Formats: sequence, C-alpha cells, structure tokens
Amino acid sequence: MASIFDKSLKGVAVPHRKNTEDSETRVMPVPDKVYIVMSQHMGPPCEVMVKAGDTVKVGQVLGNTEAFLSAPVHSSVSGTVKAIDEIIMPNGTRSKAVVIETDKLQELHEDIQKPEITDKASFLAAVKQAGLVGLGGAGFPTHVKFNPKNLDDVDTLLINAAECEPYITSDYRTIIEDAEDVLEGIRQIMHYLGLARCYIGVEDNKPKAIEKLKEMVQGMPGVGVVALKSKYPQGAEKVLIYETTGRVLGEGKLPADIGVIVTNVTTAACMAQYFRDGVPLISKRVTVDGGAIASPQNVKVLVGTPIKEVFEFCGGYKTEPKKILMGGPMMGTAIYDETYPVVKNNNALLAFDEQQVEYYSETACIRCGRCVRSCPMNLMPLRIEDCFNRDDIEGLKEYKVNLCMECGCCAFACPAKRHLVQTHRLAKVRVRKAAQPA
Amino acid sequence: MNNLAITSSPHFRATQTTRVIMQDVLTALLPALLVSVWAFGLRALVMVATCVAACMLSEYLYRRLMGLDQTVTDLSAAVTGVLIAYNLPVGLPLWMAVIGSFTAIVIIKQLFGGLGKNFANPAIVARIVLLISFTSPMTVWLLPKNSVTPDVITGATPLGVLGSYEGSMALAAAELPTRMEMFIGNIGGSLGETSAVALLLGGIYLVARKVITPTTPLAFIGTVFVLSWILGADPVFQILAGGVMLGAIFMATDYVTTPTTELGKLVFGIGCGLLTVMIRLYGSYPEGVSFAILIMNIVTPHIDRLTGIKAFGGAPAK
Repeated sequence: MASIFDKSLKGVAVPHRKNTEDSETRVMPVPDKVYIVMSQHMGPPCEVMVKAGDTVKVGQVLGNTEAFLSAPVHSSVSGTVKAIDEIIMPNGTRSKAVVIETDKLQELHEDIQKPEITDKASFLAAVKQAGLVGLGGAGFPTHVKFNPKNLDDVDTLLINAAECEPYITSDYRTIIEDAEDVLEGIRQIMHYLGLARCYIGVEDNKPKAIEKLKEMVQGMPGVGVVALKSKYPQGAEKVLIYETTGRVLGEGKLPADIGVIVTNVTTAACMAQYFRDGVPLISKRVTVDGGAIASPQNVKVLVGTPIKEVFEFCGGYKTEPKKILMGGPMMGTAIYDETYPVVKNNNALLAFDEQQVEYYSETACIRCGRCVRSCPMNLMPLRIEDCFNRDDIEGLKEYKVNLCMECGCCAFACPAKRHLVQTHRLAKVRVRKAAQPA
Repeated sequence: MNNLAITSSPHFRATQTTRVIMQDVLTALLPALLVSVWAFGLRALVMVATCVAACMLSEYLYRRLMGLDQTVTDLSAAVTGVLIAYNLPVGLPLWMAVIGSFTAIVIIKQLFGGLGKNFANPAIVARIVLLISFTSPMTVWLLPKNSVTPDVITGATPLGVLGSYEGSMALAAAELPTRMEMFIGNIGGSLGETSAVALLLGGIYLVARKVITPTTPLAFIGTVFVLSWILGADPVFQILAGGVMLGAIFMATDYVTTPTTELGKLVFGIGCGLLTVMIRLYGSYPEGVSFAILIMNIVTPHIDRLTGIKAFGGAPAK
C-alpha cells in the first residue's frame, strides 16, 4: 500500500456531474437493426465470419481472427444479415460492420453453454470466448491481459472502479446493481491466476459503492477496498497502480512487470456473468447524459444499437445537440454521426447542446506552468508544445511525449486555452514518423 | 442536422483565462494604489492612468499597424502599465513615463513576439531605461504629506538616507523613518513600492487566487533578510526599504520571464535576493532590485534547463 507520505500524482479537479448515479439501469428493447463493428478492441480487427443472407442467433461468433491481440465479436441479436458494410470509425479509420435485421426473438445460438473451467488454460480460453475486452474504455483484450509471460511474479489484482470522468456512472451502477457478479469475478480471477491480493480502487465521491464493497469483501481474504481521492485521472492505469500500491509503472513496461494486473470493475462483473450463463459480451451498461438529452439515465444497450436510438429511448433530444461524445468529456471522442453504433467498450454517450459547447481559440502561452502543475505523468506540456512547433524531434523525445496518456489535464488547466492534447498527439506521430527508416 | 462539432478531447476546460489572471493581478495591486494616493495625493492616480493608457495605446497601435491580431483586451498591457507607474517617482514628468511605457510594450514585448515571448520583465526594463536616460528626474522623490508638511515635498528615500550616511544605520538612525512607517508606507519612494502592508495584502490575494505560489516571494525576501543579517546590515530595514516587496511579489513572479518549476522559482528568488543585497551594500546604486530581477530574467532559460522535472516512470534517455 502506498504510504501516506508518498506524494500523490498531480491531476485536476473536474466537476463530477454524476447526475445519473441514482438512476436504476433500464434495459433497452431490441432495435430493428444492429451494426456489429469488427474492430471493438485494441489490436487488428476481426475478420467477418458470416455473409449477407445468413441467419444469425444471439451469441453467435460474427468475427474472429488468429491475431494474438484480439477478441471475438458476437451477435447481440437473432435475425438475418443484411449486408457487410464499411463504416468510418470516430477516429477516422475504417472498419467492417455486420448489419443485421433483427427478428426480435432473441434466440440463443446452439453453442451457448456455461463454460467448463478447470484450470488456468480453460479459464483464459473462456475469457477469450466471452469476447471480453477492457470495458473501462480502452478495449484491451482481457484474455491477453490475464496471460502475461511472468504470471508467477504477479501478486496483486487491481480492480479499477475509479470512474473519474465527469457524468459517467456506469461502473458505479455495476457495483450497486451487480455487486455479487463483481465479487465473483474477483474471486475467479484471483483463483485461476493465483493472485494473493486484490485492491478495489473507488473514488471517494461514491460513498455508497465504497460502503457496499467494504461490506461484501469481509469474507474474502486478501481483498481490500481503497477509497481514492476524487481527482481526475485516478482511473488512469499508471495513476491507479501508484495511488493504491505505491508502485511506479516505468516507461515501456506493462503492469505485470511490476507484479500487478489491472482490470475494470465492469469487465470483472461481465466475466462472472459469462461464466454463469455462457452468453458472451453482447450488451453494455451505458450512461446517457448531457444537456441535450431529455431524460439522462443508465441503460443496458445491445451492442450494435445505433446511438440515435439509444438517445430516443432516453426521451430523445430536448434541445438540438451540438456535440455528441462517446466516453467522458475529458478523453471521449466526438462523433460525427449519431447513427454510429454502440461498441463493447462504450460506457457513456453524452449529447451536449449549444450552450455547453465552447469553441476555444488559443491565445499566447504565458508560461504560467499550470500544465506542468497538473500533469499526472510529470511531463512539461509547454516545452513539448514548443519542441513540436520548432520540429525539434530530439527535444520531444527528451521531454518524453511518448509517456503522455492524453488525459487532458494540461489542456483543461491552460488559461490560454491552448490545444495541448491535440499537439501532443501530433507530436507523437511526428516522433514515430521520424523513427521510421527513410 | 449534422452540424455536430468535432474537436479533440478534452471537451471542457477550466474557467480561468489569461484575462482573468490579469484582472486578479490588477486587483492585487489596488491596495498599494490606495496607499499611494493617500500618501502622495492625486498625482499618483494621474501617473498610473497615464502609464496604463500609454501602454495600452502602444500595444493597440503596434498590433494594428503590423496587421496582427488585437491582443490589448487580454489586459497584460494594463498590468505592465500599473507596474511601470509603481516603479517611478510620483513626480516624474508624464512624458517620460510615456516613453517608458512605449519602451516596455513595443521594444521589450511586441518586437520580440508579443505576450509570452519577452525575455525580460517589461516594467523593470522601462524603469532601468528611464533611470539611465533621465537620472536626475528619476531620483527626485516626493515625501508623503503629513502633519508637519501638509504639502508634498521632495526628500530622500530610506535607502537614499542610508546611502548618505555611507551605509551606517547607527549614524542614519535619527533621519530614518520608523519600521511602522515603512510597513504602512508613510515614506518616500517609488509610487507603488512604499507600503509593505499593501503589497503583502496583494500577495496574499494572489496566492489565494492561485495566481502565484509563495515560493519566489519568500525566497527573494528571505534571502535579502538572511544575507543582510549575515553581512551586518539591518535585515528588517532591508526588506521594508526600497523595491524588495514590490519586486518580490509582483515582478519576480511574472510568468513569462521566470522559471516554470517550483525549484526553478526557488533558485530565481534566491538569486534575486543575492544580487539585490550585493548591489545595495557594495555597489554605487542605493537600490538593486531592478538590476537583480533583470539579470535573473536573462539567466532564466538556463535555470529552466537545469530545473526540469523527471517524467513519472521515465527511463533514462538513451
């Protein structure tokens, strides 16, 4: 455990805006059409395993790949495949998507059955079959994360229930509504991976969740709940590891290298659900909020549902939306089209109206240093920006722009409203390009 | 329907802007202005107004003539104007103050690229330029009106008095003002430097508003105090006299021309204190704050280079 004398990592105090924290999750009915995207994880996209005209059932594998860093993609509905479209993802890349016209029957596929897990190998295979990816937003294939080369050196499981972004309450509702699943998931992971200790990190703006978890872990040896200071970005992997265990995740290293495996609380709960009923990851709890939404709430959405329909289920727009985000306001992606489908690693859909959207124009950097004082990775954004503007590649490497996790603290704090995160992203690309042979 | 805004994250920002910071600085400078008007009369207000107007006009015209975006609304020129005025004798001919303002805004700030690009504190440089160009008027000090002299008359500042007694506090004692007078500001000196209490109030306000950290002021004032003591001068007198309070709280904390990290600020503050005491005790000028700050401004890039912070978990550079 980190000692109280260890200095905390820096960050910014963002407004919490947890408007939907007491909203009981409502299950959204089956839509008319779903779009199952082949790239819902970090790593090469899945290859489509069906064709137009095929009948598909709930839980059927629609996409898979031999690539190591991947997870299969399943159908969330039963119906007929209308087409295999190519869609433009919010980050500009393209991915195939299977378009299914639903029959509203939700018939389960014949292969769906409770998985048989007897040892670590079958445990990892089951996690892969479930299509589990990091549900905190990153989408890292979970079975890969649970299988580091040096598993014997790993002693601690960290459950990330920080949920530091404003507005988002989906992980919180997972704890309140599916607490049994969370703990069962923890139990399973600790058992099959041979981990002696587990810390569940929760920000202290969720006292009910902390209380509930503390009560429920009483019978579980080695499991503890850590109340984290509510400061963004407590949920960032490196920050969470440091704030709960005091360990520093060095440059280029993985958490397993310092004896830790970090997993999102909803991922753990979904894993337990899969082990119980054999239905892979096909529906997701999503927080819907923002000034343009009539009735902000948490909803259980089938993967592939168009975002527009999710908003309609939440009362529709009460004012015209000006910006729609997948994810939270600090790191979320602005999407170009509200017909874009929900993907596995979505945990929030925010629709902001004209008043909530500001177009910031940059003014001169006055070297005030607020960016430096807020960076959790101890970087110096003003210097990185300066090096980028002068195309100083060596400078960018010296100032470790590669360690930037694009959390947004610097840009948030900057009084000149400089687009620092954008610059850092471009700087990273610049450094990568410079490293390629001519 | 699709007029959705697509921008990079983060999608919201803190409310503080550059302009808000400048407004905070102006507010913090207000107590000193009030004391100055009480001590020296309305001339103080006229001087401040002249400098602010000259600075803002210089910036406005420069940006306009050069076809650049208009930045005068960010109020940084106004802050420079107030600080220039605070560094001048109240009775200085106004046209000289205008020259100082022009020098600060156009030559030191705009010609180098505008806000954020100047290498030295514009107000400090203005003062030094005026001191060298118009030495006599720049060293004629008005004394505050009081019961003995109901009109404002000229006389020496506390440091000036000390200088005339060759630095001997004992010999100068009779002519020097009391510590309390120096703390409140009932003494001769530059328009804004005389009242320690007013400046300290401003400083506390700036720290509370998170505009500055106490590092530089404490390092600067602390060094002057300790070094004076070690070298046999009167430490309390040294920190209350002259421009130490004004310089430490408002000039040595200027973001653009001082180091970025806390360690850098500490080094900067100590350096300023060191130079101030050296010039005061061993140089020909009775006051060393302006030169100390200017020299430290010039050295700032080197301080920055040596006081960067190490990235979290960063591997040593290959």
